[in-house]
Amino acid sequence: MELNQELEAVPQALSGHGVEESALVTILGKWDPLEREAFRKKTPNLFIEDKERHFQRWDDHYARLLKHEFVRFKNTVMLWSMHPWERDARLVKEAIKKGKASYGVLVEIACTRSSEELLGARKAYHSLFDHSIEEDVASHIHGIERKFLVALVSAYRYEGAKIKNEHAKSEAKIIFDVIKNAHKKPINEDDEVIRILATRSKPHLKALYNHYKDISGKNLDEDLDDIRFKEAVQCLCTPQIYFCKVLDSALKIDVDKNTKKALGRVIVTRADIDIKEIMADYNNLYGVTLPHKIQDIAKGNYKDFLLNLIARGSN
Amino acid sequence: MATLVVPKDSSPIEDAETIKRACKGLGTDERALISILAHRNEAQRKLLRQAYLDLYHQDLIQQLKCEVSGKFERGLCYWIMEPAERDAAYAKEALEKATPNYYKIIIEIGCTRTSEELLAIKRSYQFLYKHSLEEDVASHTFGDIRRLLVAIVSTYRYEGHVIDESVAISEANIIHQIIEKKDFSNDEIIRILSTRSKKQLCVTFNSFRNLYGSTITKGLVASPSDEYLDAVRTTIRCIKYPQRYFARVLRNAKNELGIDDDGVSRVIITRAEEDLKEIKDLYFKRNNVTLEDFITNNISADGDYKNFLLALLGSNF
Repeated sequence: MELNQELEAVPQALSGHGVEESALVTILGKWDPLEREAFRKKTPNLFIEDKERHFQRWDDHYARLLKHEFVRFKNTVMLWSMHPWERDARLVKEAIKKGKASYGVLVEIACTRSSEELLGARKAYHSLFDHSIEEDVASHIHGIERKFLVALVSAYRYEGAKIKNEHAKSEAKIIFDVIKNAHKKPINEDDEVIRILATRSKPHLKALYNHYKDISGKNLDEDLDDIRFKEAVQCLCTPQIYFCKVLDSALKIDVDKNTKKALGRVIVTRADIDIKEIMADYNNLYGVTLPHKIQDIAKGNYKDFLLNLIARGSN
Repeated sequence: MATLVVPKDSSPIEDAETIKRACKGLGTDERALISILAHRNEAQRKLLRQAYLDLYHQDLIQQLKCEVSGKFERGLCYWIMEPAERDAAYAKEALEKATPNYYKIIIEIGCTRTSEELLAIKRSYQFLYKHSLEEDVASHTFGDIRRLLVAIVSTYRYEGHVIDESVAISEANIIHQIIEKKDFSNDEIIRILSTRSKKQLCVTFNSFRNLYGSTITKGLVASPSDEYLDAVRTTIRCIKYPQRYFARVLRNAKNELGIDDDGVSRVIITRAEEDLKEIKDLYFKRNNVTLEDFITNNISADGDYKNFLLALLGSNF
């Protein structure tokens, strides 16, 4: 490789999801001091030129970001090797600690897991943190979304297929009316909507979703303004589509670190469940395959690991 | 401690045969039924029920429904059920009938059973009624009491020993503020009572007493009397000292309206294998009358039902 090509390859290796370990080893690892100085001078987004003192120093912000990229593979490995219960319990704990930006993860776990999987997470949470999930969610969240989130994480839904269609229809109407009046009374304060979304079985809610479309002409999640309610409906009624959207948001170069983490989280948590369906939907929605996108955006061991998880999951 | 008296060994097949004989012909030998059924523990009853099904291809409970009636039938059928199935049935009945104290039954189930027992009850409920307990509680109630009851049955409390005293003190203060401002609908009180572990809550109750010299339940009164506040007080009593709560149910069983048979029967049946001894002692301490005497003097109309209850209390029937 020419030096010019090499000077492109190393910053490339350091931008994206994860890092390209092999490029760093073979190229950066062999450069002499002059080559490394050329590298520092040619990458102003990584290194800041101190013109007064004539040297280049790492940009602090980028250095902090890079720390996350190096450790991304390790974190994914840890997450993958965990028992699913511990995995979900730890994801919940982290989401509570991180605050509002991560509440979507709480909704995701509460609504896409089966009743027994969520129960397992709650058991593991007792064991790991000496608290119950509901107690920590309730005591750490103070805003208007608390009632809904506590109700979601406490759910132990009936999982049989039996539903009462008249109830699904009448409850779709109830929700339709609440949404119509949302300007007078916010949906977060409506006990009926919370009751329906947090206690009804998933088959019931899917029937409700269809009835709603008949009444409103639009999908329920489209008509909901509140982000948590929207996510909950998507997770409960159309989970694979929800995961496609999360993956699509994550598979971009310049996204915040919470959004970036979603890539690893979704693949690890769905590889054994429904990754095949998610990949098919992804292809339909975005016209490109998931492995192809991951190949473009992710790097190194992290990339290879994710691709492997997908490949085994879809066999 | 349990009050139930059981023989060391029993043969489920012999028991099933004896019961079949007791049911044969025009009459029913209630005495024989009581002498067996009221002296078998949960494990023995389960085997007996299975043996009866194997031998006679009929569910024991269905058989008994044809043989006995009234309160005796009701009590016997509840008694024979496995605890999880029984509590699910009590909850279903409470919600459907919506009797004035329906919420007490839901709170008893949510707060005096262990987390694992509550889980088994919810599974049993889903199996029997094709709905979750939470969804039925939610759809049968409104407003403040709905928020409380749904939270109580949804919770899966931590049952370990770890507690945080500073949290207990801060939450005792939160509750005190709520009482001072009479802001009883405040979500915080439901949050604390329904999500914290029972050990943590007991520390909170003690902290409240130490800080303010009075109990929380004394502060939770309003006029006119309020179903929701009574539910909150019931919740606190069930968590703090369940045996005293149950003794109170028994004590209140005799009032202007008559006798709360259902309450008496429910406490005796659900606690006979748990802590009915302590409950009996607490009852006697407050009333100076033994529970057996109360039953003998007040439930004499249906002799079999009376004998059945007395047998569960440890008497020789």
